[in-house]
Amino acid sequence: MATFPFELVSPEKLAFSGEVEAVVVPGLEGEFTVLKDHAPLMAVLKPGVLEIDQSATQKKKLFVRGGFAQVSPSGLTILAEQAIALEELNAAQIEADLRSAEEDIAAAATDEARRIATEQRDHLQELRTALQI
Amino acid sequence: MPSLKDLRSRIASVKATQKITKAMQMVAAAKLRRAQTAAEAARPYAERMEKVISATARGVPESAPAPALLRGTGHDDVHLLVVCTAERGLCGAFNSSIARLARDKATALMAEGKTVKFLCVGRKGYDLLKRQFGAQIVETVELRSVRQLGFEHADSIGRKIIDLFEKGEFSICTLFYSRFRSVIQQIPTALQIIPVELPEQEQEASDFVYEFEPEPDELLSVLLPRNISVQVFRALLENAASEQGARMSAMDNATRNAGEMIRKQTLNYNRTRQAMITKELIEIISGAEAL
Repeated sequence: MATFPFELVSPEKLAFSGEVEAVVVPGLEGEFTVLKDHAPLMAVLKPGVLEIDQSATQKKKLFVRGGFAQVSPSGLTILAEQAIALEELNAAQIEADLRSAEEDIAAAATDEARRIATEQRDHLQELRTALQI
Repeated sequence: MPSLKDLRSRIASVKATQKITKAMQMVAAAKLRRAQTAAEAARPYAERMEKVISATARGVPESAPAPALLRGTGHDDVHLLVVCTAERGLCGAFNSSIARLARDKATALMAEGKTVKFLCVGRKGYDLLKRQFGAQIVETVELRSVRQLGFEHADSIGRKIIDLFEKGEFSICTLFYSRFRSVIQQIPTALQIIPVELPEQEQEASDFVYEFEPEPDELLSVLLPRNISVQVFRALLENAASEQGARMSAMDNATRNAGEMIRKQTLNYNRTRQAMITKELIEIISGAEAL
């Protein structure tokens, strides 16, 4: 199958760069798959799972949040605020983090601390919903 | 003439200082490596972001209303200068050169009759600017307790800037930071983030038309606030690398100067010691001759 260049960039690092066959992107208005020679497109992503097919046998799944996709004739670029490989995540850890975030909200002394803790909790909840799909 | 004991203690104190500067240099070198990798890793994101925004901005027809973050409010009488500096000193001219750039810009703007406001990120910048512009500093963000700089820190600063913008507190925002070129070269830079300065149109881009999902103006209203956080994040990372680089070369100089000082003091000490021995000998001999 034909391949095309794909890059996944997060502010911290270049998370993925290489030739791929297909990428399933969780768009805000619905999931879509990008193959070679896809029409030029700009799309906002919703928090969800990104599937990368490098070849028939090599597949990768990542959770992305705050993402944005650009499909151009030169390939697909995804900008994501956060990108975590699914194998690095496990349900028990998320539950534990979620509980500690709840505690942080309750214990927060300042508005700023509360805002950060609430954001953390919301992110974790998004993560949990995304993974149960 | 200082006594031998004075000279000895002076040498000891310079040696102790040299040990400290040497240690600081090595710590800075270790931190620099990490900060540099982080700064370099963040560059692709910021660059792609710029490309995406300019492509999307072209998708919005000239006549259509665009978000104020893109085209500005139409005024340019109130400026916000976001000055990013370090939390600590002892890093050569790093903090003062950023503050100087900001101060020059502010003085120039005020001479034109514009209002200037400051937002200081980092305590050192605040310390340097408060004497001249104390009343104009609207907010100070301290990152003192931050160990590992994350996107969320930049995001909360970006959000503050957008909040102020939406309240109509200012119409043009410029970011001041130091771009990391190399260990011995850091370039104080001013970057306008509101309204966004778009790079020149590329030829390639006009060959095809993007589809947008959702509509370009909605897309921009998501993208532009994020872009501000991204630019702030990049500035903070570049700053962190520059700071360590500046500290490393400053401390290297300090160590070398201390070495030089020790050499001179030791020479002086030995000379004085010999002079005293000679003096004592002369005293003994002339005493013996007198008998």
